[in-house]
Amino acid sequence: MSAPSRDEAIFVGRKLTKVYRTGEQLVHALRGVDLEIYRGELLVLLGPSGSGKSTLLNILGGLDVPSSGEARWGEHDIGAADEARRTRFRREHVGFVFQFYNLIPSLTARENVALVTEIAARPMPAQEALRRVGLAERMDHFPSQLSGGEQQRVAIARAIAKRPEVLLCDEPTGALDYETGKLVLKVIADVNADLGTTAVVITHNAVIAAMANRVLRLADGLIASIEINAERADIETLRW
Amino acid sequence: MVSMLDRKLGRDLWRLRGQAITIALVVACGIGGFIATHSTHDSLTRARDRFYESAHFPHLFADLKRAPDAITHTIGRIAGIAQFQTRVVQDVQMDLPGVIQPLSGRIISLPPDNSGMGRLTLRKGQWILREGSDQVLVNERFAQARGLEPGDTLQVLLNGKRQALTVAGIVLSAEYIYATRGGGLPDDEWFAVLWMDAKRLAAAFNMEGGFNSLLVRLEPAASEAAVVRALDRVLEPYGGRGASTRSEQISHKIVSQEIEQQRVNGTILPSIFLAVAVFILNVVLHRQVAAQREQIAALKALGYDDRSIVLHYLKLVAVIVFAGIVLGIALGQWLGHYMTRMYTAFFHFPQFRHQTLPWVIVASAGAALGAAALGTVQAIRRVVTLPPAQAMRPPAPPAYRPALLERMGLSHWTTPAVRMIVRNIERRPVRAAFTVLGIAGSVAILVSGTFWRDAVDYFMDVQFQRAQPGMIYLSFVEPLGPEVLSEVARLPGVVRAEAYRSLAVRLRHGHLTYRAAISGLPAGARLQRAIDVDRGEQAIPPAGLLMNARLARKLDVRAGDRVWIEVLEGKRAVRQVQVSVVFDELVGLNAYMDAAALDRLAAEGPRYNIAALTVDAARRDELLARIKTLPRVSAGIVKASLLESFRSTTARNLLFFTGVLTLFAATIAVGIVYNSARISLAERAWELASLRVLGLTRGEVSALFLGELALMLAAGIPLGFLLGYALAALIVALTHVEAFKIPLVILPRTYAYAGLTVVAAGVLSALIVRHRIDRLDLVAVLKTRE
Ligand SMILES: Nc1ncnc2c1ncn2[C@@H]1O[C@H](COP(=O)(O)OP(=O)(O)O)[C@@H](O)[C@H]1O
Ligand SMILES: [Mg+2]
Repeated sequence: MSAPSRDEAIFVGRKLTKVYRTGEQLVHALRGVDLEIYRGELLVLLGPSGSGKSTLLNILGGLDVPSSGEARWGEHDIGAADEARRTRFRREHVGFVFQFYNLIPSLTARENVALVTEIAARPMPAQEALRRVGLAERMDHFPSQLSGGEQQRVAIARAIAKRPEVLLCDEPTGALDYETGKLVLKVIADVNADLGTTAVVITHNAVIAAMANRVLRLADGLIASIEINAERADIETLRW
Repeated sequence: MVSMLDRKLGRDLWRLRGQAITIALVVACGIGGFIATHSTHDSLTRARDRFYESAHFPHLFADLKRAPDAITHTIGRIAGIAQFQTRVVQDVQMDLPGVIQPLSGRIISLPPDNSGMGRLTLRKGQWILREGSDQVLVNERFAQARGLEPGDTLQVLLNGKRQALTVAGIVLSAEYIYATRGGGLPDDEWFAVLWMDAKRLAAAFNMEGGFNSLLVRLEPAASEAAVVRALDRVLEPYGGRGASTRSEQISHKIVSQEIEQQRVNGTILPSIFLAVAVFILNVVLHRQVAAQREQIAALKALGYDDRSIVLHYLKLVAVIVFAGIVLGIALGQWLGHYMTRMYTAFFHFPQFRHQTLPWVIVASAGAALGAAALGTVQAIRRVVTLPPAQAMRPPAPPAYRPALLERMGLSHWTTPAVRMIVRNIERRPVRAAFTVLGIAGSVAILVSGTFWRDAVDYFMDVQFQRAQPGMIYLSFVEPLGPEVLSEVARLPGVVRAEAYRSLAVRLRHGHLTYRAAISGLPAGARLQRAIDVDRGEQAIPPAGLLMNARLARKLDVRAGDRVWIEVLEGKRAVRQVQVSVVFDELVGLNAYMDAAALDRLAAEGPRYNIAALTVDAARRDELLARIKTLPRVSAGIVKASLLESFRSTTARNLLFFTGVLTLFAATIAVGIVYNSARISLAERAWELASLRVLGLTRGEVSALFLGELALMLAAGIPLGFLLGYALAALIVALTHVEAFKIPLVILPRTYAYAGLTVVAAGVLSALIVRHRIDRLDLVAVLKTRE
């Protein structure tokens, strides 16, 4: 595995802010975030609940737009792009994994993955994606017939099947028990290592940070610290 | 290859099959009802118009006493007449072996080789072959009612002489698509229309070289009124009764009334079905889309654009609506066929086929699809326009608050269960209102669709128990002197006899005229009365005219105004008379006068042409046998037989319509109740399962859940009664029939029937849903967040 290159930032965020208005109240979810995300790295976002992690991830993935500031993907400011361009951006470059899996309950595991391979430019076969997450055997099961961890692995398979450049995971283990969570994180780490897919993983669990290249801490809508792990821990040795 | 979204579509449809089927059925009812009534209306109209065209149905009809053939030259010179035809028409008494009641016949002279106007259609047998023969053609209605075949014989009292006539053929006439002696009730068993060789008929009634009936077809641009005036001038010296137009021709009038009612029924009720169907579809869609909010967000996150997501849901709806449309078309065709067949018993046309015009199908299918698509787009736009990041966040937990009742301080009256139910309804007031409205809609359909029974019963009661309480009514071939009353009273078995004069007149007020008959009622008449809709029996003023409101409107007359009366028979006096009272009568355009005053007007001394009798039931048959031999009686009507036959024909039809409407309304009610129950169940499965985990029994949880439905039924049904009444009033108002007003009478039994039907539909839906509540998989429900 080649070490992520220091100089090639695929994402650049500058002075990102996000203000939500709920009735009379303004909520400052992001208060001016500057960051770079480098090609091939595994970045962990840490921070207490409500610190703005999801907001930041959603802006990076083109699911949401910042109130001000720039979110650049290469030459393009996706923060300023319209809905159609952001849809195309998501379709071509981003794979999402969510805390609650968000599978389509009426489609089997394979079909959930095919949902993506159908609209992607150069996808991997759905079987292969499922094999990578260790679910080749359960391909024809419906979400309701799978455990939480298995469902999350289907979601990861669905996210990687299009061979995205970046995998954005929002608390992928939040709804899972310890062993299952570990398995899911291993799958993400494997994808990052084997396919070279840049991965951003949100968690509020500091122990996971040990497996990352870098750990970015958010607090109250601002970046509190950035740590670089000289030596990444193997997922098997992590304890939390 | 089937795309994944389409697979999702298929599986969602399968999962929603209960709801999909009920919705499709509601759509099918709307479309089926629309197609059936419209196509029946179209088929009726077309059958009538075609028949009129092929038979050269006249525009004007004139009856007179007797005019010599020579005046046809004068008639031919009247501007605007394209074609005319003279003939002889005589009303006679008839007899069939084994029939106790007197039968009436109308004998009409047959034009040479069935040419010109009033052309007949031969259905069976043959045309009369020999000139001067004693053969007749019989109208099909009578022939069918009495099982007559060519070769059978009839006994007819021809000018006082009993004569055996042989049936040569059985025919249809455009003038007698519906045949009745006048009452408007089906009369086929007792009223025959016969056609006879012209020479033979003329000889029997001393009409050689003359005629007493005239048919006229107008030129396209002719003024009907002008021709009527000119004709009346020419025919007056010959006892002309005034020419009448098609709108006064009784068969035409009844056929057209029926067509008009089909038109109204065919637009209002099916439109409501369609509207309700579309409405349910929308409610269900909104909830489906809301339930799939996170799936939609996931699709967007995966890179699906709005268009393909909207299209996906449009397809879901299209499949359901399409199934409904296909089912609806089949249902509509079947119902339409059935209704058309039913009408063949009422109206006899040579060609009467059920046909559906393509536009009817296209319009109803288009309306259903369009409305459904609109609803879908509306429902989904809200979710799709939500930024995916926001859609991904679970919707804020529903904000409950103390319900209105509790805020009013009534909480100590209610149990926690009731409070939950009330708060649930209050939390989604719009949705609850929609459900209540939907329930009310199905009740309203039932009420407005089945109140006909009450209206008809009321009508029959007023007309035949109160206005005409007599048992037998006789009409005479011509007005007879006062001695006839005592003659009639002496007939065997007669308990009470009354005699009246009905005088043919033309009423004139300003430039408005109307041909009417004034009934002369003696003081104390009990067997023929004027009944006011609100006030009951209306006393006949000693002087002046008593006029019903319909006729007064026609002439723009108010009580106290003076109108000109031109008598159209006898001395043909012309007088100005004051309208003393205008009253509200159920049917007809009628005028009444005191008998003595009418006699003065007619200037002929006391004369009677109608008699009414009450009889001793034990001697009825003896009396009827005697009546048949009376040469000056042209018709003897036994009221009970007439009503009996009316009841048996209409009862079947009412039963059918009530059945169909009940099915429709029940389908709608089930559609509404079942769908709202299923959707709230999906939304609240977690809550209900939690209650079960806390230790509530299945029964308790079901009660909590179904209590909400019960409450909405309880609110929807009374509202439906109100709506139903309003709808019935609307139908009555939109039905433009000049001769009567459908009485807006709805009896408690109709409300009860509607209410109970919908309750039954509600209970049925509840039972199905209850079954699901019982099977709630507690562990599974609690594992997922939804
Ligand atoms: N759609 C929204 N409307 C209003 N407030 C929001 C919305 N999304 C996020 N927030 C608020 O923004 C802040 C940051 O939220 P989020 O990014 O979801 O935090 P995290 O993922 O770190 O827990 C929180 O206070 C949250 O309540
Ligand atoms: Mg979050």
